[in-house]
Amino acid sequence: MNHEFLEKNVGALIVLILVAVSFGGAVEILPMVFERAAAKPIETLKPLPAVQLEGRDVYIREGCHVCHTQMVRALQFETQRYGHYSVAGEDAYEHPFLWGSKRTGPDLARVGGRYSDAWHAAHLADPRSVVPNSNMPAYPWLFENELTGEDTAKKMEVLRTLGVPYTDEQIAGAQQAVAGTTEADALIAYLQSLGIDMRNYQGGGR
Amino acid sequence: MSSLWHWFVIFGTLASLAIFLVLLFNNRKTSGEATTGHEWDGIQEYDNPLPMWWVWMFVISIVFALGYLAWYPGLGNFGGISDWSSAGEVRRAQEAHEARFAPLYEELASLDEAALHDSRQAMQVGRRLFINNCSTCHGVNGRGAFGFPNLTDSEWIWGAGFGNVKTALTNGRQAAMPSWQAALGDQGVLDVTQFVLSLSGSEHDAAAAARGQSQYQTFCVACHGAEGKGNPALGSPDLTNDIWLYGGTAERIAYTLRNGRNGNMPAFSDVLSADQIHVLAGYVTSLSKEEAQ
Repeated sequence: MNHEFLEKNVGALIVLILVAVSFGGAVEILPMVFERAAAKPIETLKPLPAVQLEGRDVYIREGCHVCHTQMVRALQFETQRYGHYSVAGEDAYEHPFLWGSKRTGPDLARVGGRYSDAWHAAHLADPRSVVPNSNMPAYPWLFENELTGEDTAKKMEVLRTLGVPYTDEQIAGAQQAVAGTTEADALIAYLQSLGIDMRNYQGGGR
Repeated sequence: MSSLWHWFVIFGTLASLAIFLVLLFNNRKTSGEATTGHEWDGIQEYDNPLPMWWVWMFVISIVFALGYLAWYPGLGNFGGISDWSSAGEVRRAQEAHEARFAPLYEELASLDEAALHDSRQAMQVGRRLFINNCSTCHGVNGRGAFGFPNLTDSEWIWGAGFGNVKTALTNGRQAAMPSWQAALGDQGVLDVTQFVLSLSGSEHDAAAAARGQSQYQTFCVACHGAEGKGNPALGSPDLTNDIWLYGGTAERIAYTLRNGRNGNMPAFSDVLSADQIHVLAGYVTSLSKEEAQ
């Protein structure tokens, strides 16, 4: 290719630069998009039940993912503290992912079953009542706000179009399951579900 | 990865390296003229060859890339000569950690309760385990909090002793006090509250307590016993002392009666090894021993 031609034709230069830099992307991304091997759910993975699904939306609304990750890295000191490292198949039904990237607080990917519901309630209402040096904000309004569940079925339907296998019964019963639950209870139910499918997949232990 | 994408990755990776090399060597030489022929407002550009150090850096980095792709996984399904994977690396690190600490825990786990209490090392290891795993609920000193039992006193809701503590750590505990609002009614709750206060000799309304006694004997006796001494097998607490997990005021007791309590201690068998639980149980029982002295 003539050097002068490229120097004097910006359009051709841009196209060839894009071609040159796209090799890495093409090789790393395209097979993942078309094979979808990474999106294959682990065998024990279940879609979140209605209450947990609403709890997840409270988690997103309150910005929990800003300070808490849900991603145990494949490093010895992480698996010692949290449990099995996160695998892609755990998140096949996650829309969007809540991996996070900053740990002001600890990782939550394996928090299900680690504390009692009462502990979570005390901790959400006033974190320093159970962890004196915590810098987490308190979330007292979660205990006052009640969910109506009027949008839950719709959310499930949308998730189903994205490949989450909700059954018709789950969608039909969603509003009834959620109505009257406080946001705190929904959030706690969601937190207690984190990592449980993976624990069942491994058959317990780390 | 299917063989189509396997070859796509190999071809794409190696072709890009080859193309970059071709580009490099095609542009290495100069035209032989002194300048490139460009001229902007009298400013011209020398047509110098690429500096040799730069060319060699480029060549070396491509050689490095080929070596990297041979050693580590990168070319489709080819796992590389070293057969490295992040899962394998963390497994090796876990095994190394296990090999380093398992003998220590094994040694400590062979000690009985009294020997654990006497072993400075066991107490230090136990304290570290306690702070990492238990202090979030029971507090750094094990003194508990509202709803989370104090481990330094003589009250053991699920039974005192090393064995019971070990069982609690391994399997967890799930208490279940139901709500009595429907059975007792508003007045009944207040009456039983007064009777419960009388059990521990607290200040109470004697008339209401007398009314509450018969309801206590109907509804509460199955778990808390006729004398209110509780039952460690069910995790129902002793009501005759001044230790209250959920508060011992009339308001708190009435709240407990109305709403029930479902205290839950999570199981740690998934988190800690049996040897670690043994050491930790020794540390926990040492907390109340210190208090007694």
